[in-house]
Amino acid sequence: MSEAPRTTIDAGEVDRFSRMAQEWWDPTGKFRPLHKFNPVRLTYIRDKVIEHSGGDSRSLRPFEGLRVLDIGCGGGLLSEPIARMGAEVVGADASETNIEVARIHAGQSGAQVDYRATTAEALADAGEQFDVVLNMEVVEHVADVELFLSSCAKMVKPGGLMFVATINRTPKAMALAIVGAEYVLRWLPRGTHQYDKLVRPEEIEGPLSAAGMGIIDRNGVTYSPLSDRWKLSRDMDVNYMLLAARPA
Amino acid sequence: MTTETSDLLICGGGYVGLGVAVAVKTSAPDLSVTLIDAAPEGVWKKDPRSSAIAAAATRMLATLGVWDEIVPEAEPIRDMIVTDSRTSDPVRPTFLTFGGDVNPGEPFAHMIPNVAMVGPLRAKAEELGVKICQSAVADGLEIGPDKGIVTTADGRTFAAKLVVAADGVRSKLRDLAGIKHTRWDYGQSGIVATVAHERPHNGRAEEHFMPSGPFAILPLRNNRSSLVWTERTEDAERIVNGDDLVFEAELERRFGHHLGALTVEGARKAFPLGLTLAHDFVKPRFALAGDAAHGIHPIAGQGLNLGFRDVAALAETIVEAARLGLDIGSYSVLERYQVWRRFDTFQMGVTSDVLTRMFSNDFTPLRMVRDFGLSVVDRLPGLKTYFIKQAAGLASSDAPKLLRGEAI
Repeated sequence: MSEAPRTTIDAGEVDRFSRMAQEWWDPTGKFRPLHKFNPVRLTYIRDKVIEHSGGDSRSLRPFEGLRVLDIGCGGGLLSEPIARMGAEVVGADASETNIEVARIHAGQSGAQVDYRATTAEALADAGEQFDVVLNMEVVEHVADVELFLSSCAKMVKPGGLMFVATINRTPKAMALAIVGAEYVLRWLPRGTHQYDKLVRPEEIEGPLSAAGMGIIDRNGVTYSPLSDRWKLSRDMDVNYMLLAARPA
Repeated sequence: MTTETSDLLICGGGYVGLGVAVAVKTSAPDLSVTLIDAAPEGVWKKDPRSSAIAAAATRMLATLGVWDEIVPEAEPIRDMIVTDSRTSDPVRPTFLTFGGDVNPGEPFAHMIPNVAMVGPLRAKAEELGVKICQSAVADGLEIGPDKGIVTTADGRTFAAKLVVAADGVRSKLRDLAGIKHTRWDYGQSGIVATVAHERPHNGRAEEHFMPSGPFAILPLRNNRSSLVWTERTEDAERIVNGDDLVFEAELERRFGHHLGALTVEGARKAFPLGLTLAHDFVKPRFALAGDAAHGIHPIAGQGLNLGFRDVAALAETIVEAARLGLDIGSYSVLERYQVWRRFDTFQMGVTSDVLTRMFSNDFTPLRMVRDFGLSVVDRLPGLKTYFIKQAAGLASSDAPKLLRGEAI
């Protein structure tokens, strides 16, 4: 084979996010939807991890003793809270800019996160292992979904979990997540998501099953304009989350 | 100069500030909480006021583990009558009566001396490890990227991820934070006093709508009642500052003789009444609670209950955010509290405003309309139940956990 080594980084995607990086931590800025989204996904992650591995949801550090990978961590919006909940967190992102922004912010907030500018493939090749791999709002931005997912799956310890959150490739998602969020509401900069890069649930479940992981939960996440909050729902047509487990 | 650093800094040692401290510390003992109060040590013991506490707030105090200490001082309100009268009316027609409990054995409200509520809340806060500093007069506020910093007149500095201002209707911190407020003055003052009377009140609260404003008699323990007596401000000043004989004569004209001879106990005070609404409840690293966010007319007895609803919603917001590892002072977290409380506050502010304007009036057609309205409410059990549930604070489906009697 004379092909260049396969990689999951799509150069255009990294640049686009790097331009937005400064604004990661402004809850009223361009990343407002992610800040709004954070409580529902954190609650889901916490409750499912506790259901699977034990722990007290009323404690401030229910993840004590767990090693967690936040792949595609961006500015650290998810890594910091997971670290504050007691986990040992590796935050990985292909963009050096994002990792710099995340490090600067962690320095201010005091959150303990091991940030690394690297890829899922590199981490997997180095033999890294985690109790929980968080794969949140990333698959729709990578160049090779199959390779990316199998690299992530390799890093899940026996008995461990992987969370995947993304946007479905449906006409409804086109209408709401791209036209609605980027053009009408201007929640996200235009070009944040491209329709043909969106990923259907079965396109995630296939590679994960092939990597020896079983899907144990599926949920939609929908936005309620009246309460201005996101909540779990059965409707997986737009935003959805999958939970996969590796048998112990 | 050393800085006292904690996760949460609460400014104001009244029942709202103490309530937030106790509620947060009960559910999240690992968060460090500091409370500063402008008054010197022990001044809280001199508060002559009593407050009506709705059933929902009672559930919260029970969940926080302080109700058992308060209950010996609490008088249940068993029923309530509303009349529309002129002082000269020999018989005051009753237009509305409310009776009964929200649930068997759970009265819709209790009357409690403020001291009897603040004492147990303070003791509980100290027991839970809340650091309380008296004589700390806040005179500076700085909002940084990761903390809010309050400086006091005597040069102390307090920093926290989140600063909660529960420093009353004339909140200094609200102004320092640059949050604007709107105030409508009614030109009325509320005269507050406690009276002892010969005959028992049997747990009955009375609200008489008089031309100068409402005159409420609220039952306290041991044949005593708390008065909220509304007059135009200049009249109120004259009545309060006049000699005892004048005061008692004016009082008897309004109170009537149905409870026998009256004796005024302790100090009497007049408080100017208005409607004060802050334009925002929160900004990054900063939240308002209680009267600092909203001072309403005491006409429906809801000021304290509105404050306790702030306590329950704010504490739940803080604790749930902390349990998700979120930054408790970030705007995205605090926004939830603001959305939660703003509509309710606005609704209560407007309701009390409309009531005040409708009932502080001697215009005959208006009297006829409101009397007709009151008698309609009196005849429709469904509507009455609705008002009782409203008064008990149990009407909202989106009530914070503490008000439903659940731990956070």
